[in-house]
This record gives sequence, C-alpha cells and structure tokens, in this order.
Amino acid sequence: MNFAAIAWLVLRKDLAIETRSWEIVSTTLFFAVSCVLIFAFAFVKEEAAPGAAADAAAGILWIAVAFAGTLALGRTFERERYGDTLKALLLAPAPRPAIYVGKLLGIVLLLAAAEALLVPLIALLFGAPFFSRPLILIGLLAAGTVGFGAVGTLFAAMLVRARTRDVLLPILLYPITVPVIIAGVRGTSALTASPVNENLALMWLAILTSFDVVFVTLALWTFEPLMTE
Amino acid sequence: MIRRLCVVLALVACLGASSSAKSQPPPSTAQSEFEPATAPAPGDQMAAAPLVIAAYGFVWLATLFYVWTIRRRLSKVEADMRVLERRQTERR
Amino acid sequence: MKYVPALTVAVAVLFVSAPILVAMAPYESTMGLVQKIFYFHVPSWIAMYTAIYVNGAASALFLFRSRPAADRVGAASAELCVLFGAMGLVTGPLWGVKAWGHWWIWEPRLTMALLLWLVYISYLLVRRYGGPGSEKLAAAVGVFGTAVSPFVYVSVNLWRTIHPLNSVVPTLKSPFRPAFGISSLAFLALFGLLLALRVELGRRQAALDALYLADED
Repeated sequence: MNFAAIAWLVLRKDLAIETRSWEIVSTTLFFAVSCVLIFAFAFVKEEAAPGAAADAAAGILWIAVAFAGTLALGRTFERERYGDTLKALLLAPAPRPAIYVGKLLGIVLLLAAAEALLVPLIALLFGAPFFSRPLILIGLLAAGTVGFGAVGTLFAAMLVRARTRDVLLPILLYPITVPVIIAGVRGTSALTASPVNENLALMWLAILTSFDVVFVTLALWTFEPLMTE
Repeated sequence: MIRRLCVVLALVACLGASSSAKSQPPPSTAQSEFEPATAPAPGDQMAAAPLVIAAYGFVWLATLFYVWTIRRRLSKVEADMRVLERRQTERR
Repeated sequence: MKYVPALTVAVAVLFVSAPILVAMAPYESTMGLVQKIFYFHVPSWIAMYTAIYVNGAASALFLFRSRPAADRVGAASAELCVLFGAMGLVTGPLWGVKAWGHWWIWEPRLTMALLLWLVYISYLLVRRYGGPGSEKLAAAVGVFGTAVSPFVYVSVNLWRTIHPLNSVVPTLKSPFRPAFGISSLAFLALFGLLLALRVELGRRQAALDALYLADED
C-alpha cells in the first residue's frame, strides 16, 4: 500500500471511531467556546462600545485554537493509549511517517471544525472585521493549524508512554509553537486593521508556510526514531 | 522521494519568505550603528554605573553557581562510586 | 577532560583582559556608560546560540544514531543554553531600562529569545520528569528548538522595533572592536570549558549507572 493510502486509512479509522460518539469533537468545540467567553468577560467592559475589544479578537482566536488543540491532542492520544492501539499501529507493516500524516490530518480536521465555529463567534462577540479578506484569513488559519498540529501530533505521540504526559505536552508544545501563534496573530490583526494591510498579512502567511514545511519535514524525519524504543 | 520533495519545498518556502520579507521597507526607528563618542555625556554616568555593575556581577555569579552545581553533582557521583567499589571488593 | 586545563587558562586570561579592554573602549554617543553592558550581553547570546546549535547537532546524532556520547553533549549544552540565556535575559533589561526606559518590551526578538530559553528549560524538564526513555524525547525537543532559532534571528529585521538591529555587530566601528572581540572569545572559551566539565560529569554518571547494573548481577 502506498503512503497516501495508509494515511487515509488511519484518518478514516479515527473518523469512524469519532463519529460513533462525537466525544472529542463536542467537548473540544464546547471548550473552545468557553475559552472565548472567558476572554469576552475579561476584555470587554460594560460601558464600552461593541467594537472596542476588536484588537484583542485576533489574539483570542489563536489562543482558543491553541488551547483547544492541546486538549484535543491529549485526548486523541489518550484514546490510543487506553486501547493500546498505538503499539498495534506501529507494529503494522506500514511506513511510520504515513501513520503520523494520518493522525495529523485528523487533528487538523478537528481544529478546522473548531475554527469554523470560532471565527464567526468571535467576529460577532468582539465586532472584529474578520471577513474583509476571507481567502487570506483561511490561508492563515490553515497554515497555522498545520504548523501547530504538526508539532503537537509528534510530541503527543512521543509522550504517550511518559508518566507526566498531561502537563508535559503543553510545556513542550507552547514554546516551540508560539512563533506560529505570533505569525498567525500578526497576520490576522493585519487583516482586521483599518485600512486592511494585505501585504503584511501575506508576508506573515509566507512565514507561516515556511514554518509548516520545516516542522512537517522535521516531524516526518524524527517520528520513526522516536517511536522505536 | 517524499523526503527529497519536502526538502525542496522547504527551500522554496524559505526563499519565498525571505524575498517577501525583503520587499518590506526597512525599519527606521531602530539604531543600526554604534557611534563612538569622545567623552561621556554629562550627568549620564552615575545612574548607569549600578546597572553595569549589576550586569557584570550577575554574569560572574551565574558562572560560579553553575560550576558549583557541577562540583556538587560530581562529588556525589564519586561518593556513590566509592561505596559501590567498596561493596564489590567486600564481596570478593 | 584533557582540554580542561588549557581551557581554564584561556578563560582566565580572557576574562582578566576583557574588563580592561571594555574600560578602554570609548563611550557610545547616545547611550553612554550603559552601552558597556553590550560587551557582556551580545557575547552571552553568541554563547547561547552556540549552545543551541551544539545541542541541535548532538540531539540529531542521538536520535538517528543512538550514540550515548551525543546524549551527554546534548544534556550539557542544554544546561549551558539555559545558563547563557539567563545571562542574556538579565543583562538585556539592565541595559534596556536605562537605554529605552522600560525593563521589558514585548517585541518579537526579545520574545523569541525568551521562548528559546523556555524551550531548553522544557528540554531539561522532560529529561528530569519524563520517565524512562525521556532522553529521546528531549532530543526531539532539542532538534525542534534548534530548527526554530533561525526564525528568531530573522524576526527583528521583519518588524519595526527599537531593539538595535542585527546590523550593529557587522558594522561595529574599530574603537569598539577589540573589547567586543575579546569578550566574545572569552564567552566562547567559557562555553567550551563548562561544556567539557559537564560532559565529564555525564560520563562519570554513565559509568556509575553501569557499575550499579553490574552490581545487581
């Protein structure tokens, strides 16, 4: 079987399990929404005009994505650990990087669903003009999600056997992916500024894309030696 | 094959990022060169001296602290080694 | 271990001569005396980046070839990265509070330098608390940390900022050069010396572990 077929199989397996109970999707989405609400209470004052906290909107979007993503990563691999299925996956005669790509696509899809919910919600609650350049915004979100997911999937997979995996995942993940978050926030706030600074947003999109290529390549290289123990 | 493709894509992406970065106008507010002066600006020296001393002092303290931690760990390892070696000679 | 005496002499000579040269260097026209922190601040970062790249190479070598010596060098260089990063992060604000009026500014270069420091602290945390097999996990963190570091260096040139640009060092005028050169050499020699000492500690610890294993048999 070739690489893409195996990745697709792994993704289908995850989707099949998830669509039975919708456990991870629903809890992650609800967590993301609660995050945004907490930020709303933290940043919006009663007497301020509806659009007053619009500057914070880009940051809140990406923070909610990062937090929800960390939770989702932990839960997805906890499921694998509980059923001991990760060992079975690794024993399969499949190239390990293909398994990694399958898991990565699953996480990216989950976070894409969260973002599809979060962007309109934050645009509504904070009065942020997210839809002035929708294509660039989608590009930024896609590139940022892939970057964050690439590092997160690798670290979550390698921490499956560690004792303190719950707290170690954010400790390892956040410092390395904050450059992705910074680029995403700066690019998104360039799009919500008035007038819209397209060139700046496109520059940050280019940086995000190069982050993605570097991190996905690194993760593909290191997945094999990390999973062999 | 896929790895080579990834490497090529990485290089292309980095080139793209750097060329789009070059198209930005250079920042004007930051200092780009140090200029030597012949005498210290009046009234400037005293307030800065504690900061300079604190900076240099911290560097020395941090270095000495680290060397102390290495020495402490090394002596612990050597003590454990002596205990083990004594145990092994007692066995024989 | 055989390099330690020579390195100690080198470090001593350099650290004695550096303050003399620093005192002899002229004052900078806009920042005055406080700019002299530059001679310890920038070499700290140079040493930290050297530690980061040594760690990246050692971590990659350990991940892909499983050489235990590479793991020891990786652990040692991660500790040194945290040490020299701490020096840079303390001397920087001490300079900044006088030169810019603020202790800390959230601009990308400072932020990302802090992040790299945090990455290597997380490396040390994983080694300590990750349970068995955490050397490989830490090596992965090291490889990723090194991969992120070029983005740190580029960031200041892409963002309008009041941090002195990367172009300060290449265009350094000749009155400043001797002090800067000796300070940089001093810090690099210090890095080499501390690395040799720490790797020796790692080697002894590995020997002790082997003795424990033999003892159990």
